[in-house]
Amino acid sequence: MAGRQDYISVQELDFDQQAEYQALIRDNPGDGAVVTFTGLVRNQNQGKRILSLTLEHYPAMTKKSLEQIVQQARSRWPLGRVRLIHRIGRLELGQQIVFVGVSSTHRQAAFEACEYIMDYLKTRAPFWKKEQTEEGDHWVEARDSDHHQAGRW
Amino acid sequence: MIRVLFFAQLREVLHCHELSLAGPFNDVAALRNELMSRGEPWQEFLQPGKALVAVNQTLEEDSRELKSGDEVAFFPPVTGG
Repeated sequence: MAGRQDYISVQELDFDQQAEYQALIRDNPGDGAVVTFTGLVRNQNQGKRILSLTLEHYPAMTKKSLEQIVQQARSRWPLGRVRLIHRIGRLELGQQIVFVGVSSTHRQAAFEACEYIMDYLKTRAPFWKKEQTEEGDHWVEARDSDHHQAGRW
Repeated sequence: MIRVLFFAQLREVLHCHELSLAGPFNDVAALRNELMSRGEPWQEFLQPGKALVAVNQTLEEDSRELKSGDEVAFFPPVTGG
């Protein structure tokens, strides 16, 4: 189980970065560092112009896997609060896909844990992207580089 | 009885989201072999390198033992984030 200081959500709705940041710092005077990451739908991938994305997931497993990833991060770094949001469904260019926010006493733990959570999310959490392009729809292929990134930890 | 689920590209190429198989299957490898023996496209797309497996919503290896009532999901390498 993830701790009480964790907020993990898988949702179709967009999220408000400022509200997420406030939730990380509000009444939290012991933490001197907050690191956040936001992933967006970009306009091209591997030479193709992207029109939109559709994100599929495995509902029974998704939240459980995200909780495990956050719990692993907590076992490695002294973290205060963790907020992790991943969107599903159809997303247009420039829209937000994923948010990771981490607070800690000092910056190094927050930087590293934020990157660790994203690296593991990209290789362990059951989400799949389908891209809509001018040449039709196709499933995104997993990248070896993501596994190298996760393998660093 | 084993509940078997398929996701993403795998669900589309197999034209199948969910199956129930009586088994018994000793482990994931035995279940995977049974499904691959259905011929194409099962043979190609369920190869261990192409299809990851989760048992009861946790990623597992093919050596994972199975028992009746387990939920086994096969899916392509994940691409979220």
